[in-house]
Amino acid sequence: MDSLVHSAANASSRATLAGALTARTRLVAALALVIASLPLVIANDYFYDVAITVALNAIVCIGLNLLIGYAGQISLGHAGFFALGGYGTALVATRYGWPTLAAFVAAVAAVALLAFIVGRPILRLKGHYLAMATLGLGIIVSIVISTEDRITGGPDGMQVPALAIGGLVVQGERAWYWIAGGALVAATWVASNLIDSPTGRALRALHTSEIAAEVAGIDSARHKLFVFVVSAAFAAVAGGFAALHAGFITPAKASFFHSIELVTMVVFGGMASTGGAIVGAAVLTVLPQVLTVFHDYEMIVFGGLLMATMIFLPRGVVPTLYGMLASRTRS
Amino acid sequence: MNVKQIARGILRVVGVGLLVATATAVAQEPIRIGAFLSVTGPAAFLGDPEQKTLEMYVERINAAGGIGGRKLQLTVYDDAGDAEKARTFAKRLIEQDKVDVIVGGSTTGTTMAAVPLVEQAQTPFISLAGAVVIVEPAKKWVFKTPHTDRMACEKVFTDMQARKLTKLALISGTGGFDKSMRGECLKVAPKYSVEVVADESYGAADTDMTAQLTKIRGTPGVQAVLNAGFGQGPAIVTRNYRQLGLTMPLYQSHGVASKEYVKLSGEAAEGVRLPAAALLVADILPESNPQKRVVVAYRNDYEARYKSDVSTFGGHAYDGLMLAVDAIKRAGGTDKAKVRDALEATRGYVGTGGIVNMSASDHMGLDLTAFQMLEVQKGNWVVIR
Amino acid sequence: MSAASVQYIASGLTVGSIYALVALGFSIVFNASRVINFAQGEFVMIGGMSAVSLLALGAPMPLALAGAVVVATVVGLVVEKLAIERARRADVVTLIIITIGASILLRGVAQVVWDKSVHRLPPLAGDTPVTLFGATILPQSLWVLAATVVIMAALTYFFRRTRLGKAMLATSHNRLAAQLVGIDVDRVLFASFGLAAGLGAIAGVLIAPIAFTAYDAGVMLGLKGFAAAILGGLGSFPGAIAGGLTLGLLESIGAGYVSSAYKDAIAFVIILGVLFVRPDGLLGALRSERV
Repeated sequence: MDSLVHSAANASSRATLAGALTARTRLVAALALVIASLPLVIANDYFYDVAITVALNAIVCIGLNLLIGYAGQISLGHAGFFALGGYGTALVATRYGWPTLAAFVAAVAAVALLAFIVGRPILRLKGHYLAMATLGLGIIVSIVISTEDRITGGPDGMQVPALAIGGLVVQGERAWYWIAGGALVAATWVASNLIDSPTGRALRALHTSEIAAEVAGIDSARHKLFVFVVSAAFAAVAGGFAALHAGFITPAKASFFHSIELVTMVVFGGMASTGGAIVGAAVLTVLPQVLTVFHDYEMIVFGGLLMATMIFLPRGVVPTLYGMLASRTRS
Repeated sequence: MNVKQIARGILRVVGVGLLVATATAVAQEPIRIGAFLSVTGPAAFLGDPEQKTLEMYVERINAAGGIGGRKLQLTVYDDAGDAEKARTFAKRLIEQDKVDVIVGGSTTGTTMAAVPLVEQAQTPFISLAGAVVIVEPAKKWVFKTPHTDRMACEKVFTDMQARKLTKLALISGTGGFDKSMRGECLKVAPKYSVEVVADESYGAADTDMTAQLTKIRGTPGVQAVLNAGFGQGPAIVTRNYRQLGLTMPLYQSHGVASKEYVKLSGEAAEGVRLPAAALLVADILPESNPQKRVVVAYRNDYEARYKSDVSTFGGHAYDGLMLAVDAIKRAGGTDKAKVRDALEATRGYVGTGGIVNMSASDHMGLDLTAFQMLEVQKGNWVVIR
Repeated sequence: MSAASVQYIASGLTVGSIYALVALGFSIVFNASRVINFAQGEFVMIGGMSAVSLLALGAPMPLALAGAVVVATVVGLVVEKLAIERARRADVVTLIIITIGASILLRGVAQVVWDKSVHRLPPLAGDTPVTLFGATILPQSLWVLAATVVIMAALTYFFRRTRLGKAMLATSHNRLAAQLVGIDVDRVLFASFGLAAGLGAIAGVLIAPIAFTAYDAGVMLGLKGFAAAILGGLGSFPGAIAGGLTLGLLESIGAGYVSSAYKDAIAFVIILGVLFVRPDGLLGALRSERV
C-alpha cells in the first residue's frame, strides 16, 4: 500500500518535474527560435536597431521581474544600475585604456558589488518606503553622473568606444543583433533556472509572507540581497551593451523616468513571468515607434493603451492571456 | 522597309518611351527631408517652434511648385529630448524613410547621438543645437545653424568689457544647454579679463532660486551675474533677482531670447541684457540691414499662422531648411555628396540668425556680428551698440 | 542669525509648502486605497493651466480660480470612475501602473488642449516682496503657506467630524472592516480622488504666480510631492506637511551652505538616512505587521 502511494507520488512529482523542465526549456527554445528567424523578415538596419533595444530592455526587465514579481520587492531606481553599467564601461575603457570587453566585465562586477553594499541596508525597508529609497538612490546616481561633467561629460553624455572581442571590432546592427539576442537567451535561461531552484522557491515563499518564510527557516535578508544583486547585474549588462552599441551614453539613462519605464514594462507584461517581462519590454519599446503616426496625439494614445491594458488584463499581458487560454482549454 | 528596320524603329520608340517614363518617375520623386526634434519633454521650448516652422515652410515651398519640379516630403519624429530615442529616429530616417537630408537635433545631446550615424550613412545633417562641439572639430557631414554657446559667452564678455565689469557670478541650470554654455564661459573668460567668482546651479524644474542668489549676493566683489540657461528657470531667476533687491547687471543667454521670457519675468526683466539674433528686433532693424527683409517676413508668417510669438529657435529651423533647399538647388539634385559640397560652399546666405559663410573648417558660418546685444526696456527689446 | 540663513529658511519654507500641498494629495488617495497616485502632479498642472485658460477667456480672477478647481476635481472623478474603479480588484502595483498611464494621458491631453508654453497667473496680492526678519518673501508665498495651514485645519475637521471623512479614515485603517460596517468603499475611493484632485488644483493655482505652469509642470512636482509624502510618513496628513516643509528646507539649506549643484542629492541622501532610522517616515505610525 505504502509503495503504491509512494510510486504514485513519485510519478506525479516526476510528471510535474518533467513538466517544469519542459516549461523552462520551452521558453528558452521559443525565444531562441524567434531570435533566429526574425532576420528573415527584417528589412533594414532600423528594425535591427529596434530589435536590439527590445532585447536589451528585456534583459533588464527579466532581472527586475525576479525582484518585483518573484521576491515581491520593488525598485524605482534600477535605471541607475543600467546607467552605471554603461558609464562604467565607457569610463574604464577611455580613462584607463582597458579593452572594451574587459571594461564591460569590470563595470558589471562593480555594479554588482555596489548593489551588494547598498542592498543590505536598503532591503530592510518595505513597500513604499523601499520604493522611495530605491528612487532616491537612482536620483542620486543620476545627479552625480550629470554634475561631474569633467569625468562623465555632463548632461550631454559621453562617447563610448566600440566593443572589441579578441581584436575583432563589433560593427553594424547585424552583429549586435546576435550579441543582444544571445545575451537575452542566456538571461532567460539563467532566470528560469533560478526560479525553479531552491532559491526561487525561497523567494516565492518570501513573497507570500516574509514572516512565515522566516519561521520556516528561510534567511529572507540573504535571499532578497541575492535577487537584488542579480537584478542589478542584469541591468548593468544591458546598460553596458546599450552604451557600446549606441556609441554614447547620457545621464538620462539613470533618470527616474527610465526607472518607471522599466517597472511599467515588467508589470505590463506580467509579474512573476519571465515571458511576461520579455513581452512587456517588446511591446512598450516598439509601441512608441508605431505610435509616431499619431504625432501630437501620441501621448494620449500611449497613456490610454497602457491604462486599458492594465484595466482589462490586470495581471499583466502574459499571465492574464495564459489564464484565459488555460481556462478555455480546460472547459 | 524591311523587318529589321521596323524592329529597330520599335526598339527605338520603346527605348525612348522607357527613358521618358523613368525620367518622369525620377522627377516626381519627392525630396525627402527628415527631422528628429524635441517637440515634447524638457526641450519642447526648442522643438515645438522648430517643428511648426519646418511644416509651414515645406507647405509653402510645395505650394509654390517645389524645387525643380519635385515636392518636398517632410518626416518629423519627436525624440522628447532623449538622446537614445533621437538615435533610433535618426536611424529610422536614414534606413527606413531614406531621407536625402536631415534638419534636426534640437539639443546637443540628441544631435551628438546622431552624428556617428550620419557620418557613416554619408547623409548631410544640419543641426539646430547650440554647443560648439557639434562643429568643432568640423565633421564632414554635420552642419549647424544656431550660434554657438561660446559666441554667446564672448558677446556677453565683450559687453562687460565695454562696461568695465570684471568679476562675474555664474548661475546655470542642470540641463545640457546650460552646462555646455557654462563650460564655454569658464573657458573663454580669461581672454576677456573676466574673473568668475561664483558658480551656482539650479534644477531645470526648480521653482525658487533665492538660496543660490543669496549666496551670490554674499560673494564679495561680484559686479555682474550671467544666467546661462533656458526654459522657465531664467524667468524665475530674474524674478528672484529683483525680489532679493540685487542691482548688479544681469545677463541672460540667447536661450531665452523670446517674448515669453519677458512676459514671464514681468517688470523684473527691466535692464536685463542678452545676446540674440536679429530676428528678435526685426521691427527696429534699419532698412539697410541685410537681414531685415528675411526676419520680418519670417516673423510675420509665423505669427500670422500660429498666433504666437516668434522665437529664435524656430528661426534656426527656418535657416536650416532654407540652407538645405538652397544647397539642393545649387547641387542640381539630391545626390548626397553634391548637396554636402554645396552646403559647405554656402556664401553670403542671409538667414534669421545672421549671414552664413561656410567653409571646410567652419560648418556653422556665423561670426560675432550675427549676434546683437539686446536690453529689455519697458517690456521691449532695445539694441545696445 | 545671518540674513542669508533667514533667507534660506524663507526660501525653503516657500518651496516646502508647495511640496506639502502636493504630498497631501498623495496621502489622501493612499489612505483610501493604498495606491500611489502618480497622476497627482497632473492634477496640480490641470488646476494651473485651467485657471490660465479661464482667465484668458475673460473670467474674473476668483471665478477663474474656482473654475480651475472644479475642472480638476471633475477630471479626478472621471479618472477614478473610468479607470480605477474598473480595476479595483487588481493588485496595488497594477493600479499604480494605471495611474502612471493616466498621468501620461493627462499630459498628452494638456499638450493638445493647451500648448507647450510656460504660463503664469497674476498673483493674489501683488509682486512687491515683503521683508520679514531680514529675508524677502513674496506675498504669494505667504498665501501658499497660509493655505497649507488652512487646508490642514479643514482636513482635520473633515476627517474627524464629517461622515464622509470618518468613512475615509475607517477605510484607510482597514478596508474589509469598513465594508463590514456598511461603508461604501467604492464611494469613499471616488470621493478621495475628487478631494485629492481638488486639493492639487488649489495648489496649482496658488503656485502658478511664483512657479509658473506648463503642460509638464506636474512631473517634477509629483516626484517631489511623493518624496515629501514618504518622508513624512505615507498616509499621515501632518506627515505630508512636515515632509514637504522638511524637503524644501533641506534643498534650500543644502544649496546655501553646501553645494547648489548637489542640493537635490543631499536632500535625498538625508531622506534615505531618515528612512533607515524611522522606516515608516518622520510621523508615520510604527506599524505592526499582521502575520
